[in-house]
Amino acid sequence: MATTTEVKPEPGTLSNEEILRYSRHLIMPEVGMEGQQKLKAARVLCIGAGGLGSPLALYLAAAGVGTLGIVDFDVVDYTNLQRQIIHSTADVGRKKLDSAAEKLAAINPFLNIRKFETRLSSENALEIFREFDIIADGTDNFPTRYLVNDACVLTGKPNVYGSIFRFEGQASVFATEAGPCYRCLYPEPPPPGLVPSCAEGGVLGILPGLVGVIQATEVIKLILGKGEPLIGRLLLIDALGMKFRELKLRKNPECPACGTHRTITKLIDYNEFCGIRGEEKPVDAGVPEIQVEELKRRLDAGDDLFVLDVREPHEYQICNLGGHLIPLGDLPKRIHELDSSREIVAHCRSGVRSAKAVTFLQQAGFKKVHNLAGGILAWADRVDTKMPKY
Amino acid sequence: MTKIHIPTPLRQYAGKQPAVEVKATTVGEALAGLVARHPDLRRHLYTDDGKLRAFVNVYVNDEDVRYLQKDATAVGDGDTISIVPSIAGGR
Repeated sequence: MATTTEVKPEPGTLSNEEILRYSRHLIMPEVGMEGQQKLKAARVLCIGAGGLGSPLALYLAAAGVGTLGIVDFDVVDYTNLQRQIIHSTADVGRKKLDSAAEKLAAINPFLNIRKFETRLSSENALEIFREFDIIADGTDNFPTRYLVNDACVLTGKPNVYGSIFRFEGQASVFATEAGPCYRCLYPEPPPPGLVPSCAEGGVLGILPGLVGVIQATEVIKLILGKGEPLIGRLLLIDALGMKFRELKLRKNPECPACGTHRTITKLIDYNEFCGIRGEEKPVDAGVPEIQVEELKRRLDAGDDLFVLDVREPHEYQICNLGGHLIPLGDLPKRIHELDSSREIVAHCRSGVRSAKAVTFLQQAGFKKVHNLAGGILAWADRVDTKMPKY
Repeated sequence: MTKIHIPTPLRQYAGKQPAVEVKATTVGEALAGLVARHPDLRRHLYTDDGKLRAFVNVYVNDEDVRYLQKDATAVGDGDTISIVPSIAGGR
């Protein structure tokens, strides 16, 4: 189960065409023929062909990594195109795996692409990881982050890590023999709902480019065995301030995954570990709900309903139902603007934040408050199809 | 004064500020001062029984306070405290 920092694959020989293609590498002493052969012999697995996976896979393919595995089960949609540069407009509706493989093969026909059309799980992760030398984590949720980490520790593969939120990113190299793993840094995930996802919180389109390219750089360095990898260091990227900061990470001797007394000896149920049951379940299930058709009917009938919009002002500008705007975060201090004797329908974009608002109002003594199921997105789908979706 | 860096996901609970300056001699005091000024931050930083949450790391300059003296870690003028929660986005 020993992990090595420097990956030493069997060197492959290069054809004349490849020598020409990689000439800018070959004339550098840090890469040279030996390094380029190492790249060709290397097998790298990208988890996800999305925001981070796009630049990561594109650059690794161009650089001459011999075998690139991609795990993805998703389909390209319009909201992906703002940042997932491996996919183009014509790919909307196609499998990300097919779209990505096509672009990568076009960049480098010498690349061996291995497609894994599956959701990475405790059942398949070890088997897939064993066929690769380095794992690059470009997923978007906590259960998969912990799964990738533990599977890397168990199989002895370095975990080249990157994650993003709005305009902030983190990058590191975990699970090498000498260095810490992701669990040394964060022993436990946040409870569901406390940390918003990119779908809820948004992400600056160039940010995954920045972070994904940092991951690609680390992958290449590990393969070449050159430079100082981000082992034991957490790089914090602030794109808005354009500041890069570095924090020291230590291997935690008490770590359940990589410490001296390991308790994680096989993969576990990561949804359960992260407190999630089922997929994308709203955090506050069980609050009183109203469907969009019902709201429409009652508003048209002139019922006395107070529509409360708990989104942010910039979201209100995109589309709105004419509701009273109080962002969820401001609700506690602006609760006096609401009349508890009136019937209130709270809504947000998809129904997650407004469910929290309903729970909060109920705890504050409001009795007649409903959550608009599916939020303004459901309204745009089922009531007013001219309304823009975001 | 000690500067506390507020990470993006928590800025909405800290008056949308990227950093807050507090007067304190230890990390514990500095965070208590921060939470007193921005009470909404409390439940994001601490569990109900007052422990720092496991997915929130606190650094003084570039060192994790877990490996220093935790809450009792001394801070002074010019030190920077960073709150670094886990983020998972990538797609």
